[in-house]
Amino acid sequence: MKPTAPQPPERRVEAVVLGASAGGIEALFTLLNGLPPSWSLPVVIVLHVPENHESHLPQIFADRLHLPVHEAADKMPLAAGHVYFAPPGYHLSIERDRRFSLSCEPPVHFSRPSIDVLMSSAADAYGPALAGMLLTGANEDGAEGLQRIQQAGGITAVQDPNEAQISIMPQAAIALHSPDHVLPLRELRALLLQLESAHAH
Amino acid sequence: MSNTEIELRLLMEAIYLKYSYDFRNYTVASQKRRVLHALAQLGLPSISALQEKVLRDPALFGRLLQYLTIPVSEMFRDPAYFLALRQHVVPILHTYPSVKVWVAGCSTGEEVFSLAILLREEGLLSRTQIYATDINPASLEKARQGIFPIEAVRGYTANYQRAGGRSSFSDYYTAAYEAARFDPSLCADVIFADHSLATDSVFAETQLVSCRNVLIYFNRELQDRALGLFHESLCHRGFLGLGAKESIDFSSYSQRFDAHSQPERIYRKAT
Repeated sequence: MKPTAPQPPERRVEAVVLGASAGGIEALFTLLNGLPPSWSLPVVIVLHVPENHESHLPQIFADRLHLPVHEAADKMPLAAGHVYFAPPGYHLSIERDRRFSLSCEPPVHFSRPSIDVLMSSAADAYGPALAGMLLTGANEDGAEGLQRIQQAGGITAVQDPNEAQISIMPQAAIALHSPDHVLPLRELRALLLQLESAHAH
Repeated sequence: MSNTEIELRLLMEAIYLKYSYDFRNYTVASQKRRVLHALAQLGLPSISALQEKVLRDPALFGRLLQYLTIPVSEMFRDPAYFLALRQHVVPILHTYPSVKVWVAGCSTGEEVFSLAILLREEGLLSRTQIYATDINPASLEKARQGIFPIEAVRGYTANYQRAGGRSSFSDYYTAAYEAARFDPSLCADVIFADHSLATDSVFAETQLVSCRNVLIYFNRELQDRALGLFHESLCHRGFLGLGAKESIDFSSYSQRFDAHSQPERIYRKAT
């Protein structure tokens, strides 16, 4: 599929949700490394990790990014410019009052946390004021969640499967709906920065 | 508000008025997923259609209750929690002539049996009264029976060992027909009872309340109510154990408990 060039978003976005699986850490570094310290959108990430292990993702990313990075906690409010990772072994949702909630429901697509769960709940909470991005991965989690975001009027973007380390996840999303953007990571980062400037002004 | 959320809210109101089960202050995202899952399983077209049927058919409500209360648990889940209980809480429990423990939201009993095994190994079970409460009668009945799928028990064995288990896990159950039946004497002094953290009050003074992965399904108002019950139930400097990713930081009780074993989420009633 031919990547589409990013268009200046006319909609005001208030939060970004990201999903990734195999190959995701490297992809997220490339995507987020360019964000300036003045970055003001909350970014919520589900990266598939094994259950029953403490996740070191928040620390790893805090060391690399110039942004505050946390493990999302139950009932914690989303704060501007902060980056959140879902804890291992729990599904992460965003509620209407824009606080997180955790749950131990069974895995979705063999994954807990599940990208579909985060994205669907975020679509309910933010409606059109949400952007969702799906990156590299070896299963189909996230396709349905991204579709929900689009149905709620939000912006959807998928990593170009030709560039993704594992293309199954982006391809599943493209097969299920027509993402607003299919882009390599470098251009997804440019899109993020555009979303931010539309948010800030 | 979307139609789905309106229907969801009306369903919970109807259930409360008709059956006195109060799910009105549960978090919406997870509740919505569970109700939509139930719709698919029950072959109903909408939440409104489900509401109409539930109001007229108590048996259908019984089935819906199984979806609403998702009994998902395992024995010695988060072994570090049980290890911390063993190392840091049990020595203090030993100073009481008799001990009362409340397992709130005990579901199908995995936590109850885990605690009973731990307390027996630490020489405390014989003078401990455990109250195991849940709102779901079907779950309570399963908990009483103490029969778990043998498939799951294999996984529990590793948890038990990491939790500092002093014996061989197989000493506690007899395996037959793909199931493991746990030693009934473990639960000789357990009282299984119907109790709702949303509508009922405190029934005993306890030294330890263990309520794990229950509060995450409640909104902040209901979390506060439940924490209020625990606070009221606990004796002076009593212990409260929560799930690995639960905390009291975002509740109005954050100042009324001290962190005791922080990564393991064990708190102590503040003076």
